[in-house]
Amino acid sequence: MTPIPMDHGLLLAAILFAIGLTGALFRRNLIFLLLSVEIMLNAAGLAFVVAGARWGEPDGQVMFIFILTMASVEVAIGLALIVRIYHIFKSIDSDSADKMKG
Amino acid sequence: MLHLLWLIPALPLAGFLILSLLGARMNKKLIAYIGAGSIGISALFVILISIRFLVLLPEEAGFNQLLWSWINIPGLKINAALHLDALSLVFIFVITFVGFLIHLYSTAFMKEEEGYARFFAYMNLFIGSMLTLVLADNLLLLYLGWEGVGLCSYLLIGFWYKDAGNGYAARKAFIVTRIGDTAMFIGLLLLFTSFNTLNIQEIMNKAPDMFTSGSPVIIAATLLLLGGAVGKSAQLPLQTWLPDAMAGPSPVSALIHAATMVTAGVYLIARTHVLFALAPGVQLLVAIIGAATLLLAGFSALTQTDIKRVLAYSTISQIGYMFLALGVGAWSAAVFHFMIHAFFKALLFLAAGVIILNLHHEHNMFKMGGLRKSMPLTFWTFLIGAGSLAALPLVTAGFYSKDFILWQAWSTSQGSVWLWAAGLVGAFITAIYTFRMVFITFFGESNNTPEGKYSLAMAIPLVTLAVLSVMGGFVEIPDTLGNWPAFSNLLHSMLPAPVNTAGGTGTEAILQAIAALIALAGVWIAYHFYIRKPELANSLKTSWNGLHRYWYSGWGFDTLYQTLFIRPAVYLANIDKKDFIDQIYNGIAAFSKFLNRMLSITQTGRLRWYLAGIVAGAIISFTLMLLT
Repeated sequence: MTPIPMDHGLLLAAILFAIGLTGALFRRNLIFLLLSVEIMLNAAGLAFVVAGARWGEPDGQVMFIFILTMASVEVAIGLALIVRIYHIFKSIDSDSADKMKG
Repeated sequence: MLHLLWLIPALPLAGFLILSLLGARMNKKLIAYIGAGSIGISALFVILISIRFLVLLPEEAGFNQLLWSWINIPGLKINAALHLDALSLVFIFVITFVGFLIHLYSTAFMKEEEGYARFFAYMNLFIGSMLTLVLADNLLLLYLGWEGVGLCSYLLIGFWYKDAGNGYAARKAFIVTRIGDTAMFIGLLLLFTSFNTLNIQEIMNKAPDMFTSGSPVIIAATLLLLGGAVGKSAQLPLQTWLPDAMAGPSPVSALIHAATMVTAGVYLIARTHVLFALAPGVQLLVAIIGAATLLLAGFSALTQTDIKRVLAYSTISQIGYMFLALGVGAWSAAVFHFMIHAFFKALLFLAAGVIILNLHHEHNMFKMGGLRKSMPLTFWTFLIGAGSLAALPLVTAGFYSKDFILWQAWSTSQGSVWLWAAGLVGAFITAIYTFRMVFITFFGESNNTPEGKYSLAMAIPLVTLAVLSVMGGFVEIPDTLGNWPAFSNLLHSMLPAPVNTAGGTGTEAILQAIAALIALAGVWIAYHFYIRKPELANSLKTSWNGLHRYWYSGWGFDTLYQTLFIRPAVYLANIDKKDFIDQIYNGIAAFSKFLNRMLSITQTGRLRWYLAGIVAGAIISFTLMLLT
């Protein structure tokens, strides 16, 4: 089994990141926004793992553990905020919470 | 005993500190005890110290007390030190004693007002500053007290600050006196550069050796000091603030604008009399200012309808007498008239305050009328004060003090028949306007029912001051009536006696008789015009309408200053508002406002826009990183 070239891994990470970013920019539903952010995080994690594999260092996987932890915390807080926003605005459209402007 | 001198100004200042820091949480009774009590204890100390001082007098003319070193840098050493001599003794006696009576009166007068603690705090600060002024042994400490009383005057004129007019009157008083104060401060600097000290005694001792009579430095210094005195004492040409200062509560008018602060100018000139004696021209100017002011203010008082404004113009006029006396070198006569004037003018203001309080703050005399029966105590005390002001012969203190001035205006080497005549005409007018006020207010038909707000705290000061307005004159009996000049003997320990150059006892008796007749004639004219034939006064008023209006407005000085100084200043300020320097600063302000508007547009509240912004920023920075 030949090792996967680093370029392929990084390309996949870039594609995943672009998908996540596009979702975050164009979806108005807050749940999807959160999902998109998760995809971007995983893209970053994948890039770390690929880079770690390329040089044979464990640091890439260590960073991925950190990112996983951070992502779980972010999801916990993000979901709590979405629940509050739904209580207040009766909607999970991100554009409905635009009171803080000007 | 004398070493307790520092307590006299310290007690009122302590009262001020306590009332201003803790006054908001005290009840009115405690505030009254602290406010009036601090002055009362101070007055007791003054009595003790006076007794001790009068016993010591033959050996020592003055007593110095060093408190601490205030400013000590090379070339300038100024101590916070007090100096007690006959002159300051008279002043501290009047300030604490009359001050205490007025505080006592205020405890009842201000009872229903808001800001009771604030009122007494200001009043205590005033007494403390005034005592500092008269006890200071150097001119800088004197100036500190001088500005302190000016500040308290401003605060108390505007005491009822919710009425914008009172605030205007307060600012006017402050700014007009400030013109004089500035002149005075320049005078102090000039004295310091010439004498290298600001200690009053040293300057007085050195001056005759260092300068000859009429040397330019002395003339300039005395003119500048005179400027300060003229501003504070409301003399020509800075007299316009005093009638408006009547916006303050009546006890304030009695204490600050009749008895004490406005005579600070008299004190200053008497204190620096050596300098004025070295500048005969300036001294003559003092006499002329006094004579002109007493006549102008007297004529204005004739036409006023507001009882307090009559008294205000009368105060200006009576201080004119003091300046006249100072100008002819009759130093002790000026100080004597100051003391008597403090008694009867404080009495008149307090009595007027009782009337105003009982008539729902009515100031117009023509709406009073017939108060003789409904307010007997006020009537009798007011009548005694009025008699003293009009200098009714023999029985009133005002007769002795005013006659003393008139006689010396005639007889001293600097005096002249013209100054005497001006004083005499002034006395005639004084009698007319005083009794015009009495007849309009207390006689005739009753238009009003007084509320009957009396209390012992108001009656005691009225009666005490009435007694003093009669008995006060007997400390200085002229040659013609027994020759017992106790008061001037006391003052001659530090103020030189005037040189009598014209006339002996015979002339003096004739002049006294003339002055007495003139005063009685004035009373008769007032009686004729306002009791017997009131229609005569009205027809006179309509036929001389222009002159009446002119006098009523205080000789149009306000209008004059309005056109001469205020309008041009406002005009220039309006032009100046748009000059190029302001344009620069306005431009900077407008530019940052523009940036603010631009940035606030970007804050839309939409999450996705922010995200897009972050992405755009990230892309730009990555591009820059890759390209460089």
